[in-house]
Amino acid sequence: MFLIGGLVCMLGQVLIITTKITSARILVLFVLIGVVLQAFNIFDPISQFAQAGINVPIIGFGASLAKGAMSAVESRGLLGAFTGGLEATAAGIAAAVGFAFLFSLIFKSRTK
Amino acid sequence: MKNEKLNEAYNAYVEARIPKTKPWPSLFNAFWVGGLVCLLGQGINELILYLFPSMAEQTAWAWTLVALIFIASFLTAVGVFDKIGKFAGAGTIVPITGFSNSIASPAIEFKHEGIIYGTCVKMFSIAGPVIVSGVVSSVLVGVIYYIVGLF
Repeated sequence: MFLIGGLVCMLGQVLIITTKITSARILVLFVLIGVVLQAFNIFDPISQFAQAGINVPIIGFGASLAKGAMSAVESRGLLGAFTGGLEATAAGIAAAVGFAFLFSLIFKSRTK
Repeated sequence: MKNEKLNEAYNAYVEARIPKTKPWPSLFNAFWVGGLVCLLGQGINELILYLFPSMAEQTAWAWTLVALIFIASFLTAVGVFDKIGKFAGAGTIVPITGFSNSIASPAIEFKHEGIIYGTCVKMFSIAGPVIVSGVVSSVLVGVIYYIVGLF
């Protein structure tokens, strides 16, 4: 998983160097890659093999969005398409927002 | 007209001042730091599964991501993340730590503009597009999946 995680990040770095795209676009791109991988059911086999190598990169975030939407469609029908994605990623988003807010109250900006 | 010329001169100046990233070392750094972050995630995941053997795999992954997000936003707050980020480039952007950093960094930086208009608004300046594109595409996937399932 070290190898795969490293390769995924290196791919991001290749994009930064060759196209000078910003980090926001990289994140968007990798999330979309994850959604597409999951939509075609290719993510799970990769995940079994690569474990953290594919789950820790933001690709895993996209994949769990799509996975949540797909499994919710199975259990609650069309409404699941709207509820599933955020449900599956709620922990990640809420943690990121919550910790960021907490630390912004405690710490002052260090970048001058 | 004069402004245009000034802008051009300024752009040229900016171009000259942007630190040039050397392609090969930065690729290597992105590779091993990114790999290390994933290795750390794997370690946390296995530790959680070891401590709570009955936990579902997906729950353990969620905890792992929460832990990584916590570490990343803390490192952002104390100013360490920026240094690692400069060195590793995509190595810290592409993992979930980059997502966490993209929320924590502006939240802290724009604190002086107030809690509502500074912290709360700027928090999503980078993460917003990520979440929007992710949610829109996942809804799309869900709807397609539903339609395909009808036949």
